[in-house]
Amino acid sequence: MDIPFTVEPRKDTGLFNAKVGIWLFLASEVMLFGALFSTYILLRVGAAPGDWPHGLLNIPLGMLNTIVLIVSSITVVMAWASLKMNNFARFRKFQAVTLMCSIAFLCIKSYEYHDKFTHYEVQLNDGKVLDGHMTESDAEKFEIHGHYVDKAEAAKVTHAWQEREVKEDHYTVKRSDVKYMESYGPWHNTYTAIYFTLTGLHALHVIGGALVIFMLWGPLAGMWKTDPERYTNRIEISGLFWHFVDLVWIFLFPVLYLL
Amino acid sequence: MSQNDHSHGSPAAASGGHDDHDIRAHIRGYMIVFAALIIGTFMTVWVSYIHFESVAVTVAIALLIASVKGFLVAAYFMHLISEKKMIYSIMAATVFFFIGLMGLTVWSMNAGSIIHIK
Repeated sequence: MDIPFTVEPRKDTGLFNAKVGIWLFLASEVMLFGALFSTYILLRVGAAPGDWPHGLLNIPLGMLNTIVLIVSSITVVMAWASLKMNNFARFRKFQAVTLMCSIAFLCIKSYEYHDKFTHYEVQLNDGKVLDGHMTESDAEKFEIHGHYVDKAEAAKVTHAWQEREVKEDHYTVKRSDVKYMESYGPWHNTYTAIYFTLTGLHALHVIGGALVIFMLWGPLAGMWKTDPERYTNRIEISGLFWHFVDLVWIFLFPVLYLL
Repeated sequence: MSQNDHSHGSPAAASGGHDDHDIRAHIRGYMIVFAALIIGTFMTVWVSYIHFESVAVTVAIALLIASVKGFLVAAYFMHLISEKKMIYSIMAATVFFFIGLMGLTVWSMNAGSIIHIK
């Protein structure tokens, strides 16, 4: 038995079923990310002065990733338009660019994650706190490119631009002088916890969306010959999901990188 | 369009009621939205380098630009500007619950409210 309303619209909704389905799914996704944004707001407002880091992330990389996702959004919609104009070869080219953008996004995000896992807060035995990236390390000592943290001054920082003006230098630290040290992984503080949760969940959506786009672009592309309208609808549905992923990042970028 | 491109499926079948002229008009719109999104991204970063003293102003400007960009994606790339009533009904329910969620969040931050977490 054929699945009904894959192409022709239902009389009551005026839509093919998959379109109603994806919008219901996206509605649940809005609430999922909404709950995490709500968590972000509560954590940020509840943080004591100096406890919420500003300017911790690399803005040029975040901006580059935003542009990568915007480019992928235009290629997705152009791929759909190409199918509407019956130009399958053009569709393949646009979706190939979309897939390359998704890989580029994930590579940049992975680099940023690596950057956080090599970024340390080092509490020394003399009470000083050093914050920066570990550049060299051996059994006796390690080198940090960063700055000493003045807790009183840190409590006055309320904008990312203030943090960007802090001068950094290279410091060699003996391991015997270290009281405690921890990388900026999800365990470090509430900021890194919500940062990794939000961006990790978003990255999973990018991976999921890219896999669906790849399957439709490659292994399942034969449907274009047998049922072009249904295939075009599938591309539209995958595109709607992809645009949602872009839309979420449009809010994540300023909230996590710039504020 | 190359000749090879016409070898798959029927143009009429795949067009789903759109003709090439309609689609080309849409494409012009997509390009304008694309340019606006790129400009909006640069604006967001540029504004973040302006030294506003007020945190509220900084947050409000960043979220305003993000909201305009989000509207452009949803309205034009996701075609929400010309959708069927069914989709609008789903989105209306989503917006209602999203506003409720954010309202509860803000309310819980008010020290005098019954849902305030100390």
